[in-house]
Amino acid sequence: MTALATPRSTSHVVVDAITMLRRNLLHVVRYPGLSMFTILGPVVILLLTVFVFGGTLGAGLPGVDPAGGRDAYLAYVMPGILLITIAGTVSGVAITVAMDMTEGITARFRTMAISRASVLAGHVLGNTIQAIIAVALVLGVGLAVGFRPSATSIEWLAAAGLIVLISFALSWVGVAMGMQSKTVETASNLPLILTVLPLLGSGFVPTGSMPVWLQWFAQYQPFTPFIETVRGLLLGTPLGWNPVLAIGWSVVIAVGGYAWSMAIYERKSVRA
Amino acid sequence: MNIPAIEVRRLRKSYGNNVVLDGVDLTVAAGTVTALLGPNGAGKTTTVHILSTLVRPDGGTASVNGCDLVRDPGNVRAAIGLTGQFSAVDSLLNGEENLLLMARLRHLGEKRSKTRVAELLDQFDLVEAARKPLATYSGGMKRRLDLAMTLVATPSVIFLDEPTTGLDPRSRHTMWDIVRDLVKDGTTVLLTTQQLEEADELAHRIAVLDGGRIVAEGTPDELKRLVPGGHIRLRFADAAALDAASRLLAGSGRDDAGLALTVPSDGGVGALRTVLDRLGAANLEVDDLSIHTPDLDDVFFALTGKKEGTKS
Repeated sequence: MTALATPRSTSHVVVDAITMLRRNLLHVVRYPGLSMFTILGPVVILLLTVFVFGGTLGAGLPGVDPAGGRDAYLAYVMPGILLITIAGTVSGVAITVAMDMTEGITARFRTMAISRASVLAGHVLGNTIQAIIAVALVLGVGLAVGFRPSATSIEWLAAAGLIVLISFALSWVGVAMGMQSKTVETASNLPLILTVLPLLGSGFVPTGSMPVWLQWFAQYQPFTPFIETVRGLLLGTPLGWNPVLAIGWSVVIAVGGYAWSMAIYERKSVRA
Repeated sequence: MNIPAIEVRRLRKSYGNNVVLDGVDLTVAAGTVTALLGPNGAGKTTTVHILSTLVRPDGGTASVNGCDLVRDPGNVRAAIGLTGQFSAVDSLLNGEENLLLMARLRHLGEKRSKTRVAELLDQFDLVEAARKPLATYSGGMKRRLDLAMTLVATPSVIFLDEPTTGLDPRSRHTMWDIVRDLVKDGTTVLLTTQQLEEADELAHRIAVLDGGRIVAEGTPDELKRLVPGGHIRLRFADAAALDAASRLLAGSGRDDAGLALTVPSDGGVGALRTVLDRLGAANLEVDDLSIHTPDLDDVFFALTGKKEGTKS
């Protein structure tokens, strides 16, 4: 009965990844605390920026009537909030992976004829699904407080596709960060860098209002094309090259995160 | 020619300057139990981790069922199962889900997975606990689940790293019975233990590992023969009797505090009768008598050079 199957055939990679995905989703269903937390954060930031800072910040946006500042700012900030939501779930997956790595079950997986990629892909797919749900919920809150996108159904679809792609790409980075971290604390802190990036881009204020050196960074970091593309699709602002840049960055980040994760997974021997 | 289930030649592993394995040689025939016996830090766990592909060796070769560990880890992994010192269960899932996870990863198919899981839950006495969270499991239950997970796909070679450490006597005996059943079904087992009794109970062959080397290897009886230590212990009522007996039985060792005399012996009835006859002829009354045959404790202490080994 042993070794009936060839252990590393492509179909097994997929089947094993789905098994791992089921395991991770079961974890989320059993212990939803961490996932809830990754949704709550962006909602708080959304309400805070719109209702506390929104009136003033919105009035400062180019070409906006000061009287309609808050609504204008809600529209402006929503894409950035959605990206922060995705970045927040990366913390979630990093913590999950770091905890998983300290569990004996991970050592067991290593002694079994399972493709390395499957174990990691299970985490990535699980987090991508969580990120999509989180983005949908945060978007729901946005709509409830008055966010009115002008997108056609094609544009909605394109925006959704991009959100999935970015979530998938960033999840690979989260998995790598989780494995890189020696402790769960580090794993929860490391991805904060990603959460800050929308702030250092066009997420909360136009990059034109920043000092020149920061402008340079803001324009060339990946989150700016991510945000500009989502904004363009949902609100009809000019897209320019942003969609191409966003897809390009996603592919680069996904491949980089995958290579990083696989390298650590191979290198790390059992802990404890 | 049968291929040995496990074959290890000149296996070496160091962490920095710390040499953990210093040329280990080990052969385990298919369908047998070998115990790797040694004190803490002897390299038992490292050996098992290398054999289960968790750790890469620095030097030497090792194969499982003829498949080289380094060149062909995929086939090794398909043939082995490991139950380690540290619980390798998913603590966020319940017992049944843990087993199903293993069954799916072994590609048993949905229907066979379910029957196999039910079988194992029954065999390992976990039916009642199957759907309870792992937090409610006792140490023994967790260990049984752990081993059940290893056995989902009936691996042909199983590594048990200190399988009964931390278990109460009842759980320990249950675990031993499980191991015996496995061997009955033809499974090869390599188990590590610090308990000599465990090695004696379960193993066909014992390899004593100390300081990263195999210092002795053989059947439990062969190892016991390596170490003299059989004796008769006699206790007397007072010092006068002890003095007299000590003069009578040349070559015996005195324990003045315990009013006892240790007479070397092969443990046979003849030797015992001779001693008692001589004492009887001298009218010496013996308060208490016990016979000691060398056990693996003696072997262990003699071979591993432990200073604490002050057992008589």
